[in-house]
Amino acid sequence: MRKGTPELVIGGILTGAIVIMAIVSIFYTPYDINAMDAARRMAAPSAVHLFGTDNLGRDIFSRVMAGSRFTLLVAVATVLSSAFFGTVLGMISGFVGGFIDEFIMRVIDAVNSYPGIMVALIIVTVLPYGNFTIVVALCIMFVPSFTRIVRTGVLQYKNADFVKNNKVFGVSDFRLLVVHILPNVFPLLLSSVVVGLSNAILAESGMSYLGLGIQPPTPSWGRMLFEAQSIIFRAPWYAIAPGLMIVATIVGFHCIGEGLRKRYLA
Amino acid sequence: MRYLFRKTMILVATVLMITVLTFLAFHVLPGDPAQMILGTQATEEALNALREQLGTNLPMHVQYMNWMRGFLHGDFGNSIRYSKPVAELLSGRIPVTLILGSMVMILTLAVSIPLGVFAARHKNTWVEQVVNFVTIIGISVPGFFLSILFMWIFGLILRLFAPGNYVSYTDSVSGFFSFMIWPALAIAIPQIAMLTKYIRTSVIDELRLDYVRTAKGKGNAPNAILYGHVLKNAIISVIPLIGMMIGDIFSGSIIVEQVFGIPGVGRLLISSVTSRDFILTQTLVVYIAVIIVLTNFVVDIVIQAIDPRIRINNW
Repeated sequence: MRKGTPELVIGGILTGAIVIMAIVSIFYTPYDINAMDAARRMAAPSAVHLFGTDNLGRDIFSRVMAGSRFTLLVAVATVLSSAFFGTVLGMISGFVGGFIDEFIMRVIDAVNSYPGIMVALIIVTVLPYGNFTIVVALCIMFVPSFTRIVRTGVLQYKNADFVKNNKVFGVSDFRLLVVHILPNVFPLLLSSVVVGLSNAILAESGMSYLGLGIQPPTPSWGRMLFEAQSIIFRAPWYAIAPGLMIVATIVGFHCIGEGLRKRYLA
Repeated sequence: MRYLFRKTMILVATVLMITVLTFLAFHVLPGDPAQMILGTQATEEALNALREQLGTNLPMHVQYMNWMRGFLHGDFGNSIRYSKPVAELLSGRIPVTLILGSMVMILTLAVSIPLGVFAARHKNTWVEQVVNFVTIIGISVPGFFLSILFMWIFGLILRLFAPGNYVSYTDSVSGFFSFMIWPALAIAIPQIAMLTKYIRTSVIDELRLDYVRTAKGKGNAPNAILYGHVLKNAIISVIPLIGMMIGDIFSGSIIVEQVFGIPGVGRLLISSVTSRDFILTQTLVVYIAVIIVLTNFVVDIVIQAIDPRIRINNW
């Protein structure tokens, strides 16, 4: 068995199940996610309502299904955009060096010295609430880590013989970076992207819990936990379902990231 | 000395950058604070009056200089929502968050060091598998979900504390701690998981080094090597993480204070964000970030005093 295989299998199964659930939820959920049923408020899990119903009589299973879609969308959009900007900044910083490098790194250091979620809080204060704002906020929060990773990678290959060789043959700096250096940095980037997805989900659910992330009526796991908190004594299943979904998704991505790291880097 | 000098220069640059970035975030991005506070229905006169009061009608660099001058004199401005000086709002809340954070730090170190060593000693056995599994789950559980579970299980079912009834330390010290232990645990568990994993790896790496083989060859007992030499070096490699953990712990405490209804700095920050009290938010943000940078600075200085290798490697 190759290194990291057990992690990749466990992570693949968990993540695969959640992605399938998210895709299915576009076409089908057992109940309408916003349909309220006054007669069945806070019903315990049963064959009719798999995860029970919430304080408004909405089917929790359907809402958890739909919630996976928005959580994954936000996470993927966040990580792809921050990986993109981080890569561009990291490449410039590492390759150009000198004053520009120093300046970029000082800004990155400063952003990094805010405790993670505080960056997101600043952005939500100055931009209007909305599902797009949370992506911008989390993107800025994750850019520094990608910048550092790419910069370290670029520094490592900048003076490698194969790069110098190409330089002598008159290959342009842009081509050197994109065609010759970037592919070598990719393995590093790949496992950080996957781990980034789990961090993004953690941050998004926290922000949504605070009411600063995905906005109702769009279902999100974090917000469901907030609503569940006030009725925890009467309907504990309302908290359990979205909470376990968050844990399962994060464990899934975490395992894949760990597996990739073991296979390609260790 | 060169190390100290460079570190200090970086510290000054970072602190300046934090103030500039925070200031820019609140002043350059679209949106007029006066408009946000009064809403879209406000009259032009009311808006102008408020702009005057907030100082947002002045040129940008003047606003920044005024703000910084206030900071240096300990005048953090007035909160819009509470109409009180920010310094006054902060003073009662700092001890709460500080105690909570210290409890988390103590819990984390007290549990993860023994657990990490334990996992390392049982390398390649089922014990290691179990510890690995538990740490992955621990890293993945959001603090606020743990908080809700604790409130349900320990608060409502087992009745070990009364959820939502925060006890101030001025009223009852024992009541305060028996309440605060639950939020502290909720923040600590992900940290414990992370640190355990790290200590396990660093003990295993350390055990592979030549000096351990030499010590073994000289007939030292395995436990004497582990506790006398290896653990000390493994813990040194963990100290740099403590700086990072302080940020994470504060991040955790922002949300967990909200869940448990603890009147700390984190909760003040959230309420300033939701009420768009930008003066309060911007001051809190700078205050917190600077404290974290300073702590990291102290940690760096302490490490290089303990472990001279760092001075040479990263001067």
